[in-house]
Amino acid sequence: MTAGLTVVRPGALTTVQDAGRRGHAHLGVPRSGALDAPAMTLANRLLGNTPDAAVLETTLTGCALRPDRAVTVVVGGAPCPVTVDERPAAWGLPVRVPAGAVLDVGAVTAGVRSYVAVAGGVAVEPVLGSRSADLLSGLGPDPLRAGDVLPLGTPAPQPAPADLAPWPAPPARLTLPLRLGPRADWFTPGALRTLTSATYHVSQHSNRIGLRTEGPPLARASTGELPSEGMVLGAVQVPPDGRPVVFLHDHPTTGGYPVIGVVTEPALAAAAQAAAGTPVRFTLG
Amino acid sequence: MTGSRSVRVRLAGRRALLVELPDAEQTAAFHTELLRRRAAGTLPALGEIVPGARTVLLDGVTHPEQLARRIADWDVPSRAADDSGAVEIPVRYDGPDLPHVAALWDVAVEEVAVRHSAYTYRVAFCGFAPGFGYLTGLPTELHLPRRDTPRTRVPAGAVALAGPYSAVYPRATPGGWQLIGTMPDPAPLWDLSRDEPALLTPGTRVRFVAEGAEGGAP
Repeated sequence: MTAGLTVVRPGALTTVQDAGRRGHAHLGVPRSGALDAPAMTLANRLLGNTPDAAVLETTLTGCALRPDRAVTVVVGGAPCPVTVDERPAAWGLPVRVPAGAVLDVGAVTAGVRSYVAVAGGVAVEPVLGSRSADLLSGLGPDPLRAGDVLPLGTPAPQPAPADLAPWPAPPARLTLPLRLGPRADWFTPGALRTLTSATYHVSQHSNRIGLRTEGPPLARASTGELPSEGMVLGAVQVPPDGRPVVFLHDHPTTGGYPVIGVVTEPALAAAAQAAAGTPVRFTLG
Repeated sequence: MTGSRSVRVRLAGRRALLVELPDAEQTAAFHTELLRRRAAGTLPALGEIVPGARTVLLDGVTHPEQLARRIADWDVPSRAADDSGAVEIPVRYDGPDLPHVAALWDVAVEEVAVRHSAYTYRVAFCGFAPGFGYLTGLPTELHLPRRDTPRTRVPAGAVALAGPYSAVYPRATPGGWQLIGTMPDPAPLWDLSRDEPALLTPGTRVRFVAEGAEGGAP
């Protein structure tokens, strides 16, 4: 019998994510995958899953799930209260959920995205080699809805013991090291100074496609139209309003606004956990 | 030919190069050369090769500076004209923007189908949605602006024009292109049951075949 996980409460936005889809950008297929990849990897490791087993990524308000067989789960990423049948349970460490009990992943107390890993992983059908939901192009499973039943994989026979689970705290201030280019020359020298000296704030309009920011607009030196070109993860694209957008995992693979710089990939996990209003500094690095 | 002087290589972060070419033709030639070298095993391992309108992005490169220096020395042959193996896309020329396009081209409405189906196109790059290819091949005098107001829903299979490009919408999305026709069955544009889900991959040559032309529909 295939084990399943019934969605009792989907929360604001809960998606299935793994390490993402690689090698299809030339077809317009985004990478997708868990925005806080280290959190996904750690949650999986604590369960003896492979590092890229599919997990659930929640957004701000958590979710609630009912397994039809006893399962072991880890809830990590953004800190939040965890209960099993309304009794408090551990966050960030393995928790046993009996068959038919309700695991409730509460609203975050800091950060944005919590990760729910289940021993054996979420076993939805892969699309182009990945189980990730891609919200830009609609590949992979739809965001969770109440009543959905997610298939589960077979747990590892002996989860690797772990006595250290280093969960980084969500950032109170976000520092994003970037390398200028490839289109830094489309901006004025003043704009380059502003980018690396001003404080921006995370916009509430941020999503899995991009971390939008509010702050002083960046002036263009070149007013022409940029022919569409390939975009990398972490690209800082500057639309006509002059406010930088940091491209996250569901970003379009080509775009027509100039990229003033590219944020180094390891810094993007913190970007995924930066709540609306968090101050952001871009640094050269 | 496109010599190394016409290629400009820009770094895009720590793991990617954006190679900039002077025009669409040289971009196509450079993309073809990249695919040839990758197939021959003479490129270092990399994650993605993503062509754009005037650029090719090389992403997931271990030593981008080294590769940038090598690319600057490449001698890229111009792409031989090749009409063989073109994918044929059947089109009913029945789009709501046909009269507008005819006016912009200064031709009769029926002539739009004749002109649009007269050329061989090439997928310059993909984006916007899986299976959406930007097709070049329309001569400059037929290039068109986007609509002033985008439509909130363009149906799957819509055959559309904007700027230098033609395209077929693989699924219903918002869109601001001029709609001139319909591919009756758009399902083959993006089919996940195939090894290669996209019908139109970068470099693919495409011909549009008018359905029911000259009243010849069955």
